[in-house]
Amino acid sequence: MAVTKQDVDYIAVLARLAFTDAEKEKLTDEMNSVLGYMEKLNSLDTTGIEPLSNMNDRTNVFRPDEIIPSISNSDALRNAPDKQDRFFKVPKVIEQK
Amino acid sequence: MEYELVAGLEVHCQLNTHTKAFCGCSTAFGAQANTNVCPVCLAMPGSLPVLNARALESIIKMGLATNCRIAPYSTMARKNYFYPDLPKGYQISQFEDPVCSEGFVEVDTGDAKQSSLKKIRLVRIHLEEDAGKSIHDIGAETYVDANRCGVPLIEIVSYPDIRSTREASLYLQKIRQIVRYLGISDGNMDEGSLRCDANVSIRPKGQEAYGTRTEIKNMNSFKSVEKAMEYEVLRQTEVLESGGRVVQETLLWDADKMETRPMRSKEQAHDYRYFPEPDLVPIEVTSKMLEQITSSLPEFPEARRDRFVAEYKLPRYDAEVLTASRDIADYFEATVKTSGDAKQSSNWVMGEVLRTLKEKAIDIADFSIDAGRLGELITLYNGGTVSSTVAKEVFALMMASKDAPSKIVNDRGLAQVSDNAAIETAVAEIIAANPSQREQYRSGKKNLFGYFVGETMKQMSGKANPKLITDILKQKLDAA
Repeated sequence: MAVTKQDVDYIAVLARLAFTDAEKEKLTDEMNSVLGYMEKLNSLDTTGIEPLSNMNDRTNVFRPDEIIPSISNSDALRNAPDKQDRFFKVPKVIEQK
Repeated sequence: MEYELVAGLEVHCQLNTHTKAFCGCSTAFGAQANTNVCPVCLAMPGSLPVLNARALESIIKMGLATNCRIAPYSTMARKNYFYPDLPKGYQISQFEDPVCSEGFVEVDTGDAKQSSLKKIRLVRIHLEEDAGKSIHDIGAETYVDANRCGVPLIEIVSYPDIRSTREASLYLQKIRQIVRYLGISDGNMDEGSLRCDANVSIRPKGQEAYGTRTEIKNMNSFKSVEKAMEYEVLRQTEVLESGGRVVQETLLWDADKMETRPMRSKEQAHDYRYFPEPDLVPIEVTSKMLEQITSSLPEFPEARRDRFVAEYKLPRYDAEVLTASRDIADYFEATVKTSGDAKQSSNWVMGEVLRTLKEKAIDIADFSIDAGRLGELITLYNGGTVSSTVAKEVFALMMASKDAPSKIVNDRGLAQVSDNAAIETAVAEIIAANPSQREQYRSGKKNLFGYFVGETMKQMSGKANPKLITDILKQKLDAA
């Protein structure tokens, strides 16, 4: 199951990343070598072994439903590239009609 | 050709926990923008989510109330997509092993006389977090408020068992009734705590195979759900009748234009690449947890309705109305407790109380006459202290006062006169003052009796015991 340049294009779109053709080629190779390594794992017999969904052995870590004071509005917005009033400001996300 | 609707609903229900699903921020509605936020729900690097115990308890309650299998082991998952109101770039949800699966609810598709239960099966109910709010209509940019980011939701996914828009509406009302009974959500569609998407397809009646479905989003009232689905059935019928094919797509319901329209193609490119959420450990629902939650469940509407019929000897329809909401059912039972009279309590709650709530558009919790005072009023009426007319007058006065009904009756001198002598005097005066009517009555115009009752009542300012007036009048008029 080799990764193609189309796969890289698709993943780049999903990740909202732009690459040059040269970068895409490099990424295609890199991904193939990562997946090739993963292929090795398929040679192991995993019959009867439950899939691992978490590295941690623990289960049921909960928090009581009690309010913890939030941070201030100015702290919340401190790292924002753009803001106005109390809001994060981002480029318009709906297409203009 | 005659077509049949085949629909399944996805209902998102906002839980009414005090804090968010994975952090301690308040879920209070209406706070100033970006003030109920913290590093966790703003996706600051290094912050870690921890599951709210009450959110888990709530979804388990919902699962038990809808006959679901509760998974002994379940995990949270990341659903990846980019949108500015989703700071992490993924939504924490569930994918492979939701907390609840394979349940059902029953809706009554019958009428007031004859019930007809229809089972609507549930695929699953899973736990997830809400996104923030994007505001597009101020200026050239989009504004983001992250207060709602991380508020816990449950998503209830039904099988395509729905065959009419009415069934869809009944199903949604049933879901709302259940979450309200459980006290896990206010189930308010107008405020967005209950949201609904519908998968709609049609097929020629009698055909087994499903048609191609479309998904309708953005229906934010019970009426919208019915209207949008009706519209979509017509649209798909027209497409098929004109020899076309229904395209699988996502549609938005436009309540102003009363039509569905396709979402832009970009918004439809879905590849969520779910994977297990590494920041949250798996959930194990132990039998002990299940026992505890089961024992904390309230009596469900159907069981309560049947009990009302058996225990209070109420007609099924009355019991249905009284148990439609848990608060009303509680109010009714508390009224019975004080009054000791189920039939009268039912009459008052279904009559004056529900009418007043509707007129004032308020909930029973905000109603100024508590069940204790209503029960006392019924006792006064049953004991003959007030007539039914005066009881209604006292009821109206009680709404504007905190006083006990007995105090209102005393202060205003509204007590019914059951004093034989006083009524006899009044009756004698009325008969004496109306000799011609009396002659007519005696010569056979028996319907004049009501006239005498009315005149006597007027004479006694409406406070005389009507039964005594009738008895005494009969005796005097017929005897003389």
